[in-house]
Amino acid sequence: MPEDSKTVRQIKFHVTRYNPESDGAPYVKTYTIPVREGMTVLDGLHYIKDNVDSTLAWRYSCRMGVCGSCGMLLNGQPTLACNTQILHIAKTDLTVAPLPNFDIIRDLVPDLLSMFDKHRSLKPYVVRADEAEINDPAGEFYQSPEELEAYLQFTYCIKCGCCMAACPTLATDARYLGPMPLAAAERYNVDTRDDGRRQRNQQTGSAHGAFRCHYAGECSRVCPKGVDPAKAIQLLKRKLVLDYLHLARRKKPCQKLHGPGQGKPLPNIPAGPAKTV
Amino acid sequence: MAEIQRHDNRLGIWGWLGGGRWGIERYAYILHRLTGLGILLYFLMHIVVTSLRARGIYLWVEGGFFHRPIFKVGEFLVFAAFAYHAFNGVRLVLVELGFAVGKPIEPVYPYKTSLNVQRPLLIVMMILAAIFLAVGGYEFLGLAK
Ligand code: SF4
Ligand code: SF4
Ligand code: FES
Repeated sequence: MPEDSKTVRQIKFHVTRYNPESDGAPYVKTYTIPVREGMTVLDGLHYIKDNVDSTLAWRYSCRMGVCGSCGMLLNGQPTLACNTQILHIAKTDLTVAPLPNFDIIRDLVPDLLSMFDKHRSLKPYVVRADEAEINDPAGEFYQSPEELEAYLQFTYCIKCGCCMAACPTLATDARYLGPMPLAAAERYNVDTRDDGRRQRNQQTGSAHGAFRCHYAGECSRVCPKGVDPAKAIQLLKRKLVLDYLHLARRKKPCQKLHGPGQGKPLPNIPAGPAKTV
Repeated sequence: MAEIQRHDNRLGIWGWLGGGRWGIERYAYILHRLTGLGILLYFLMHIVVTSLRARGIYLWVEGGFFHRPIFKVGEFLVFAAFAYHAFNGVRLVLVELGFAVGKPIEPVYPYKTSLNVQRPLLIVMMILAAIFLAVGGYEFLGLAK
């Protein structure tokens, strides 16, 4: 920490601790640490580990809101520890707990496998008949900017699990697929390159699928990336209903245009600068 | 490797209340579930009570068991639960069919979500439920006669 940034306040961190080898149940341990302006909760946890208690465990990687590892319950709200400044959410006290609705592996480390298993079950990738073309592409698929916008928002998901921790439906139905996997399913369903919606409908339309969601909207409220999974789920349901009633238009997935580099630029587009490498 | 013990951190029924940002839609969600369960409970009691006529017991006749004032209050609560559940249900049907949630947008901080888009619908439905309740209350209090 730079010398010139001064300690602003002492903040009490109430951190959930749990060691599976020695503790029957989680308990809360309090650490008082000096907090400077701009310090994130992640920085605070590092301070504790470096100076107070080296046994504290949590998960993080990128420390800049990209990897989705550091989702935690901060003052009762699921959010990213690296993306949250301590002084923005705490005056004197800050509770730091692992994301609920996931098993705790240790301290602040949730077991996200339950989420990833559901995610995988929904085929979160482009599914189409000409699989060879996906694995070993011989050309480009055409997709207009409007077609891209239909799913772009849902691609920003970093799989942090905050939405799963906030969802009241998931709290009582462990088998509910949950906001992250369902938003991912919608992301691929509306991708014009994809032809797997009807396959995914088997899961998304099942008893523990999208129709378990009743739009409490907490997932969208807590999502640190603005993905709006609640919106994705409602749009997914609409298609499920249309498919069920055989009212959805059958559209072929977009086709290969031409080989890489063989596309013709539109007229009136000036030539790019000469390649330097 | 020995199986590592995990601590089950599922919130259960408390998850309806905890962990989130406490938006109005969450209250609507909880109330929708509670009123739904209430109406179901009423329905079951209703079947029991009306089936008693098979044994010649008529609890609802003039001066009977169900003419105590407490049942008037209970009846109004059932009516209120119905009014809320019905109007909120219309909102949910519209929302869940993908109306009133808007199109996918580029997320720019501070994020606006579909919740902001459907909020007017929520407000309109709650006003309608309130009007329905007021008219019903007027009737229940016997003022309509
Ligand atoms: S939808 Fe948002 S809250 Fe949920 S996992 Fe993705 S980034 Fe995290
Ligand atoms: S909108 Fe649906 S998925 Fe999102 S928190 Fe509510 S019930 Fe869960
Ligand atoms: S450490 Fe990567 S999102 Fe927080």
